[in-house]
Amino acid sequence: MATDLASAPAKAATKPPRRRAGSSPLAKLVRHRWLLLMLLPGLAYFAIFRYWPMYGLTIAFKDFVPFLGIEGSEWVGLKHFEALFTGPDFGRLMTNTLVIALLMILFAFPAPIIVALMLNELRVRFVKRTVQSLIYIPHFLSWTIVASLTYLLFSVDYGVIAGWIHAITGGQKIDYVAQEEWFRPIIMLQTLWKSTGWGTIIYLAALAGVNPDLYEAARMDGAGRWRQFWHVTLPAIRPTIVVMAILTSGNLLDQSFEQFWLMRNSLNADVADVFDTFVYYVGITQGGYSYATAVGLFKGVAGLVLIFGCNWLAKRLGQRGLF
Amino acid sequence: MSIDLTSKKLAEAPATVRNYGSWGSRLFDAFNVAFLVGLALITVLPLMYVLAGSFATEAEISSRPFFLWPEQFVTSTYDYIFGTPTFVRALVTTVCVTAVGTVVQVLLTLTMAYPLSKRQLPGRTLVLNLVIFTIVFSGGMIPTYLVVRDLGLLDSYWALILPLAINPFYLIIVKSFFQELPQALEEAARIDGCTELGVFRRIVLPLSKPIIATFSLFYAVGIWNDYMSPLLYINDNSKWTLQVLVRMLTSPAAERSVTAFDSVLFPEQGIKFAVVVVATLPILLVYPFLQKHFAKGVLIGSVKE
Repeated sequence: MATDLASAPAKAATKPPRRRAGSSPLAKLVRHRWLLLMLLPGLAYFAIFRYWPMYGLTIAFKDFVPFLGIEGSEWVGLKHFEALFTGPDFGRLMTNTLVIALLMILFAFPAPIIVALMLNELRVRFVKRTVQSLIYIPHFLSWTIVASLTYLLFSVDYGVIAGWIHAITGGQKIDYVAQEEWFRPIIMLQTLWKSTGWGTIIYLAALAGVNPDLYEAARMDGAGRWRQFWHVTLPAIRPTIVVMAILTSGNLLDQSFEQFWLMRNSLNADVADVFDTFVYYVGITQGGYSYATAVGLFKGVAGLVLIFGCNWLAKRLGQRGLF
Repeated sequence: MSIDLTSKKLAEAPATVRNYGSWGSRLFDAFNVAFLVGLALITVLPLMYVLAGSFATEAEISSRPFFLWPEQFVTSTYDYIFGTPTFVRALVTTVCVTAVGTVVQVLLTLTMAYPLSKRQLPGRTLVLNLVIFTIVFSGGMIPTYLVVRDLGLLDSYWALILPLAINPFYLIIVKSFFQELPQALEEAARIDGCTELGVFRRIVLPLSKPIIATFSLFYAVGIWNDYMSPLLYINDNSKWTLQVLVRMLTSPAAERSVTAFDSVLFPEQGIKFAVVVVATLPILLVYPFLQKHFAKGVLIGSVKE
């Protein structure tokens, strides 16, 4: 089909006396045949791996039987959604997701802002650069590595950090990686360790763009270091903070599947299950394709509403928004 | 005294130097440096401990609480893992998949980004919107799994490459980069009889070497680190990637369904350390090159046109 599109009209176009084509759609296609040809592999990718799965979402409204395929499986309407909303899973998943989301807003969101502002106050360039280089590193490590480090450092029998805590506090040894009440703190520690440094980049970029004259002027007006920070530095990164806040709130339902799956085990599953891990568990390990797809679809739509909602809100509040 | 010092400094310092002379200000500076250096240490010490531990004896790991240099330097852990077929196979698999995958992903991204950078391309806005939509919404895990299965890619190495072949964010950044290349050069080549393909190959690609290098590294790191794809699409033990092996070795024994190393259900600590080191090392080696390019928050802002 690709070659048809490009070559057949090409002949037609070269035969008549050359005129500056561009009026008819066909002529346009001919003129851009090379560009269109280059576009094809990418289009094929998006069609197959990004849009075909969206068609597959229809199995959320069917009883999918692998043997019958998507077409052959029977429509069941909202059965799976009813099961989700009336069953025991929804409350647990929503609670776990929202608690983590809240913790993210409280800790993971402000952490890079604070660190970036502190880095900005560093005067010795060498120290600043070294610290920056080091704290970006964890962003590039896989969740598998981060989880392994966590197990190696916090496990009850040989973990170094677990050992330290025990030496200081005494009492019973605690198996941090297996216990429900320690799941969330550990997830937050991992997230902070992995992404705080990387998160500073966007704020540091904004801070680097501040006109030094502004500080000069503020000092002339008698502003001390604190007032300079308050009246020059902070306003400079406010737009960035707003954009990042929209992005973060739009993605609040998106916990990293890998992180949660790697830290989840049979002992902490009650607090560890979020939508994505549940979808994997029910869909892939238990074969409940339709129910899992319904759960995934609910999360996807809710996420979409959240993103557009936050964007709309930001615009209402007089900010620029994302789109 | 402090005033003298400041004014003297100010005279020769750049304009960014602010009023740092006061006592409170210095106290803050001291605290600030201490805090940030502490942060940097928290970041790297776990990695250094694992590195040191991988060269230590099992007895030392269990007896010393923390160390950055082993008392007795041994390489037995590495001898062991590199003598184990499961590990060697996983390492070779991961290296090959990463190499092939990066080439495929970069090629697909470049060839798609270039036409999209041309404003006169028919249907351009539609395609761009379709691409951006995939950033905010996707079919999700199960439908994508079913597509991969229907294509017969389960237990194929291509399943680790193709489903994530184009990162829409990267695509849009590369597209924006192409848009900003000097159009005069391309025009000149066209007048000299180059086809669009020729312009792309002879003019655009050579001009884009830095961005190609950057995104090659980003894609490569993405494939190397990927745990979800092998988890979803690879069931065959002989096709495990390094990340799967790391997981198998370091997760609590109760969670393990299969032994990671033939017949070793409870591997020694040192072996776990060594495997983590091998899985991390390539990332640390390319990190300095990555760092050169990712400044300035390129990842956001380019989506909006």
